Amino acid sequence: MQPLVDLFPFILFSGWSGMLIASALGVILARNPVHSVLFLVLCFVISAAIWLLLHAEFLAVALVLVYVGAVMVLLLFVVMMLDINAERMREGLTRYAPFGVLVGLLLAAQLASVWWLRGSDAELLAQPQTPYFSEGNTRALGELLYTEHLYAFEIAGYILLLAIVGAITLTLRRRQGLRVQQVSEQVAARAKDRVRLVKMPAERDE
Amino acid sequence: MTEILGNWLAFLPAEAVEAVASLVAILALAIVVILCVAYATWLERKVIGFMQLRQGPNRVGFRGLLQPFADVLKLLVKEIVIPGRANRWLFLTAPVLALVPALAAWAVVPVFPGFAIADLDAGLLYLLSMTSLGIYGIILAGWASNSKYALLGAMRSAAQMVAYEIAMGFALVGVLMAAGSLNLGEIVARQSGGVTQWFIFPLAPLFLVYFISGVAETNRAPFDVAEGESEIVAGFHVEYGGATFAMFFLAEYANMILIAALTAVLFLGGWDSPFHGLVDPGWPVVGILAAPSLFWLAAKTFLFLFVFLWLRATFPRYRYDQIMRLGWKVFIPVTLVWISVEAVFFTLQIGPFA
Amino acid sequence: MNDFSNRVPPTRPGAGDRMRAVFRTFLLGELLKGLRVTLRNFFRRKITLNYPAEKAPQSPRFRGLHALRRYSNGEERCIACKLCEAVCPALAITIESELREDGTRRASRYDIDLFKCVYCGFCEEACPVDAIVETRIHEYHMERRGENILTRERLLEIGDRYEEQIAADRSSDASYR
Repeated sequence: MQPLVDLFPFILFSGWSGMLIASALGVILARNPVHSVLFLVLCFVISAAIWLLLHAEFLAVALVLVYVGAVMVLLLFVVMMLDINAERMREGLTRYAPFGVLVGLLLAAQLASVWWLRGSDAELLAQPQTPYFSEGNTRALGELLYTEHLYAFEIAGYILLLAIVGAITLTLRRRQGLRVQQVSEQVAARAKDRVRLVKMPAERDE
Repeated sequence: MTEILGNWLAFLPAEAVEAVASLVAILALAIVVILCVAYATWLERKVIGFMQLRQGPNRVGFRGLLQPFADVLKLLVKEIVIPGRANRWLFLTAPVLALVPALAAWAVVPVFPGFAIADLDAGLLYLLSMTSLGIYGIILAGWASNSKYALLGAMRSAAQMVAYEIAMGFALVGVLMAAGSLNLGEIVARQSGGVTQWFIFPLAPLFLVYFISGVAETNRAPFDVAEGESEIVAGFHVEYGGATFAMFFLAEYANMILIAALTAVLFLGGWDSPFHGLVDPGWPVVGILAAPSLFWLAAKTFLFLFVFLWLRATFPRYRYDQIMRLGWKVFIPVTLVWISVEAVFFTLQIGPFA
Repeated sequence: MNDFSNRVPPTRPGAGDRMRAVFRTFLLGELLKGLRVTLRNFFRRKITLNYPAEKAPQSPRFRGLHALRRYSNGEERCIACKLCEAVCPALAITIESELREDGTRRASRYDIDLFKCVYCGFCEEACPVDAIVETRIHEYHMERRGENILTRERLLEIGDRYEEQIAADRSSDASYR
């Protein structure tokens, strides 16, 4: 019984990894583009689970929150609204296949080199250290981001802010002559500007 | 509880006992939540009925108390109709996807002092991610139904939920700043010590934004454009009937109760008693009331649940563009301003930062 | 473009007014006003009647199911004058008359189609002998095709069964006629 319990993380890891690879294949092989997107969502969720296995709570939850909860929702919607002809998209498959295989091989080689490096117990690829566990993952990340990597963090923040401003300016069009509601004006309207209550007798005395 | 189970299941290793114990806890909480959901439907019909000077359901059982069971029975024995050219598999998965996150989010809610099924350090983030997952059920239902009304409903709810999630997230950032922790148990612990310690006072605007965003997130009136029965029939669940519809129904009410409970946990001190620290716990009845307990969380949750129903009985539905405006142009700026105000509190060492 | 020349130019709100408006908006003043209304109704007495158990009061003039009345000696009142048939706006009444052995004119057929009838009560008003009346009965149903036609026999039967109430209703209303 005990060895089974010790094996548990390994079983989980292999199970999830298998599912991750399967759903990654699903992303590119599914006929229906919506199914592809859903497979991608599944990929993210499984990756989050694997990260949880590594005690990277914050990253796992952030992955689900940002990618699954927000980005993929919008992507899913775009895919649903567009009438994608999957057959047309598939046409070039054989033509691009060699390039795809090349990229895949490169990636596989990189992963293999990790394996090889670990075999030669290089220091930078030792088992993931978990020094901050006692204080929680989130706090550890925060401490690192706001001390050691403050500049990088702030620069990333400014770039994102710039991107937001850029996106808004791109979509902000004021068409001339468009009659739109002036909500603030409506909210600020007072009854005495709009309605005049008049008191008068119901019948006039003759 | 783990000890009792450990004696029972002595032949299993400790880890397995732990797993069984948490399974039992999950099952217990899930059953309670689902029962609450059943009675939330009854409560809703009663409350709205009362506000419209009607009596609400009163035929099944005493004052209609058995109505939920009658409804469940009816829904479960009804036929599930799958529309032609619908995506069969997704059509049937969507209701499950709507319901599961609503129940899963309960894992991190501190139910009574010292107990939450998963005492997660990133609890607040977990909650945010779970509530944001619920949208998949709605979108997929809308798309898989192969119906234009359903797709319109799904589109509306997608835009709405994405917009209000941001405001909600910012409101949670405020809570996080005040509590100094993402762990819900610790957030409650920071607020213990009676009414004066609750975050609702220093974070009043965030409280409002959070609760209203919660109403919008659950697609409840006055933000129920995803259903909009007068415009798009029933929105994303037009094509659903019987058990599948029941699951959407369950999900909506489970989400409502969840938001109500979370508002209580984040802003009203969860299981903490309002008289905590004001009354000597040795006193007979008042002493029990003054002790933090499950009762207070239930009472606060009930209060917010009532507000949900009250809002529905009072306000007409928002127009789609007004919803967007409120979310993006009002709530997000309000939360951002108040987070800055909190920073000032922090430097001045007042309120929860003292 | 937005030239509403007849619009009264709004007076410029003062600073105090504007502050008040801002506070009202952000403290959700208007919303609370609405919520107060519903909450007040929440505690008010409910006006629904538990229908089969409780019933709303009925006027003696209530116009429900039809009936043909008799005199106290058992003679039927209807003399087949067909005034009701003539006045009926929905053409729901069909009457055929014949001469009885004693030389009086009586209806051999008196049918009211309940599907056509609009319960206006004109037949009742037109009747010179108070024969056709509308009773207070409004809870009735049909189960088979053809039951919507009230024949002379059924009308008389209804009249016999509810004569007491019909008579009481007529007498209570008599002073207003």
